Amino acid sequence: MHIVDRRLNPGGKSLPNRQRFLRRVKDMAQRAVRESAREKDIKDLGKDGRVTVPGDGVREPRFSRQSGTGLQDYILPGNKTYVEGDRIERPPGGGGGKGSGQGGEGSENSEDAFNFVLTRDEFLELFLEDLELPDLAKRRLSIVETEGLRRAGYTVSGSPANLALTRTLRNSMSRRIALKRPKPEEIAELEGRIAEADIGDPRLPDMRLALEALRERTKRIPYVDPIDLRYRRFEPYPRPIAQAVMFCLMDVSGSMTEHMKDLAKRFYILLHIFLTRRYRHVEIVFIRHTDKATEVDEETFFGSRETGGTLVSSALVEMKRVITERYDPNDWNIYAAQASDGDNVSSDGPTSTELLRAHILPACQHFAYLEVGDENGPRAGFVEHRTTLWRTYEALAKSGGAIAMRKVNHRRDIYPVFRELFGRKDARAEAEA
Amino acid sequence: MVTNLHFPASPTMSGGQTPLFSGNDWDFDTIRRIHDACEKIAGEELGLSWYPNQIEIITAEQMLDAYASIGMPLFYKHWSFGKHFAQHEAGYRRGMMGLAYEIVINSDPCISYIMEENTATMQTLVIAHAAFGHNHFFKNNYLFKQWTDTEGILDYLDFAKGFITRCEERYGHHAVEQVLDAAHALMSQGVHRYPRKKRPDLASEQRRERERAEHGEQIYNDLWRTLPQKSAGLRPDAALERRKALLELPQENLLYFLEKAAPRLRPWQREILRIVRLVAQYFYPQRQTKVMNEGCATYCHYRIMNSLSEKGLIGEAAYLEFLQSHTNVVRQPNYNERGYGGHNPYAIGFAMMQDIARIVEQPTEEDREWFPEIAGTGDAMATLRDIWANYRDESFLAQFLSPKLMRDMRLFHVVDNPSESELRVEAIHDERGYRKLRRSFARQYDVAWLDPDIEVIDVDLEGDRRLIVHHKALNRITLQADDARRVLQHLADLWGYDAVLREIDPATDAVLVEHHAAARPIFF
Repeated sequence: MHIVDRRLNPGGKSLPNRQRFLRRVKDMAQRAVRESAREKDIKDLGKDGRVTVPGDGVREPRFSRQSGTGLQDYILPGNKTYVEGDRIERPPGGGGGKGSGQGGEGSENSEDAFNFVLTRDEFLELFLEDLELPDLAKRRLSIVETEGLRRAGYTVSGSPANLALTRTLRNSMSRRIALKRPKPEEIAELEGRIAEADIGDPRLPDMRLALEALRERTKRIPYVDPIDLRYRRFEPYPRPIAQAVMFCLMDVSGSMTEHMKDLAKRFYILLHIFLTRRYRHVEIVFIRHTDKATEVDEETFFGSRETGGTLVSSALVEMKRVITERYDPNDWNIYAAQASDGDNVSSDGPTSTELLRAHILPACQHFAYLEVGDENGPRAGFVEHRTTLWRTYEALAKSGGAIAMRKVNHRRDIYPVFRELFGRKDARAEAEA
Repeated sequence: MVTNLHFPASPTMSGGQTPLFSGNDWDFDTIRRIHDACEKIAGEELGLSWYPNQIEIITAEQMLDAYASIGMPLFYKHWSFGKHFAQHEAGYRRGMMGLAYEIVINSDPCISYIMEENTATMQTLVIAHAAFGHNHFFKNNYLFKQWTDTEGILDYLDFAKGFITRCEERYGHHAVEQVLDAAHALMSQGVHRYPRKKRPDLASEQRRERERAEHGEQIYNDLWRTLPQKSAGLRPDAALERRKALLELPQENLLYFLEKAAPRLRPWQREILRIVRLVAQYFYPQRQTKVMNEGCATYCHYRIMNSLSEKGLIGEAAYLEFLQSHTNVVRQPNYNERGYGGHNPYAIGFAMMQDIARIVEQPTEEDREWFPEIAGTGDAMATLRDIWANYRDESFLAQFLSPKLMRDMRLFHVVDNPSESELRVEAIHDERGYRKLRRSFARQYDVAWLDPDIEVIDVDLEGDRRLIVHHKALNRITLQADDARRVLQHLADLWGYDAVLREIDPATDAVLVEHHAAARPIFF
């Protein structure tokens, strides 16, 4: 009897099967994932990745006999009332009979829709598929995060683990041939001849001498000499890692309601998830502003409330300062997302435009402006009101500034807007054409 | 309701031996002691014989893995296994489904997976159940002996897995997946139900020819020459007969037929069909012996656990824990109770084994009349071992279901005839009903009766090459139409030309339903 402890075997034996399964349901799962993203809190995105796909694509048909047709027999346990010849009313829901209900029901319903749970990674993969970061590779790739190793020929010294056996023995063989090291067969043959020869054979001493010479030569020319040894050489090389920084700018003046902040937060979280999927190294800078701007940590950014006027340019100045100090545009992929209710002091317009045009936009890969509105949206009957900030940025965009602008009123719009902003270019072009 | 189980009163700790374990914890040493103690009882008291045991301890996740690949330790990859895994995992996570305590594999050595979460008592139960009960059955039952190659199965699965991986690398995941999809759809029509005729070799052909000639000489009588001859000339259907003979038609093993005769499949596609077919064949005996297999294992664990308890090798707490899970396992709800899901094979199996032991040891007059061969012979284990070796569910029930058990289970037989407005009670557990009841009950376990009877009837290789498949609709029960169409589509795809499936009422030869499918060009 053997006892084998399999518990330490690597898990995930079924993973390839799962990948095949996911590939098969991909389209349907993707639709389900996007539906669920619309409903769910973005914060919990992918935490409970339960998705339901129609059973059609994953059906495994077999020939089976249909219950409810033809003559069916049932043998049942627990008879307390019936005697032979009794008639029983047909149970409702077809002629399934009492016993067969379970079988039919179970197999048919479960095929209608199929439930399963996605891991967070699988969920995000489907969720963010065919989104693309604009100008991903523009920046010089820097920050060496890891050093990779790669093969670089052979060397005469190294650790035994790296011994290149084939190469070593090839060297050894050519040396042995060149120096005429006697082969074991030659020695064996000579020994055989000596053993067979008669004591009085005149050739015997010569043969003994020859054998001695061969042995001596074998001893002097080793089978493997240190000179033959070759080791595989590895050289380290820097493996560059693309890095990104994400600026979150938000107006926190009194006019921003909790709802608006919530919308902004959702957008930032999506952007962050997205960036971390594309870049190994992502930093976030939070800048909040009223009429003056400060760099804060995440908690303060979303949590605290300030009072005061609104001066957008103050945030831009702060962002410019941080960029100059810490994030050289040559080394970093810079993404910025600004959220605001659109209020701004009207005299600030030209200043902001100038800041963006001259300093911020050239440094950024992507600058998105998200205008958050009331949950109820623009009230019916009113002409859609264009805010001060919107007008400022619109003018900038028209004159060629690379700035993306969207309005969001309800949380269900966040994801579609996000997709619109980052959708793959060619896909979008096709859709528009 | 527990049907007819009666447990001995709490056994006394008279054995005087020290218990094998105390508490719930176990380690490998405990497992070994448990195994050795069970082995002693299984050998000396029950007279079982088994393949060498290999006990493997696994985690819940690994158990789920094993579920997904139909219990085998290694298997090829396919999306449907991923689907089953997701299904089981979801059920398990939500707490809707408990996992099996063990899985046992019919191989030599016999591999039993046991879960790490089990308590020491459960490990004892599981070892007695799987490593001795099932193991004995696998080794001795005639169906397993005839149809499964216990030594070769793991190697074959290893080959299959490697082969399919290589095909995926070479021809692409999608191409392989399509063949597997189609093959899986036909899997239950991919078994040989009877041993095939061996193709004769030249030597035996010559010997037969010689024997026939000798026989002809021996019985030669000149008189026969004077009989008038039938009119000469070939019968008109001779060509058809010859074609059918060459293709071994009619053929009920659809996968075998496609593997050998489908005109356009590539060799690797044929090999995949063969792999699926052989796997299906390997599992075929299990389907036919569910009641017996579980009955045998349950009876063995019951005897072993009781014996351990009598010897004082397991404590009272452990014994009660065992009784609790044992009664859960053999519970059979009545038809009108909540949770009724058909007959519980553990319950019937165990009840019948108990009943047979009773008949052998303490028969009543009725038993002597019904079972003259075994009633009162005295050696229950010898009788049971003989039954375990030589029967399958259908023949076992037909022969050994006793009137007493039918009364205990209060069985009755209901017929649903669509031409009548009500269901009719055909038989109940009384003098008039016993035999009828037993016959129809046994039939419910006859796979030939349960599986649809589907055969390839003909194919016109020189004409339009249409594949003609018949389903003999027993009792006019037709196939589930939607699924049948889908499977027929797979069949046509593999065959490469049109296929037609006719559902025929065997009583009148009338065609009930006809399905058609045209081959899609996906394999070629």
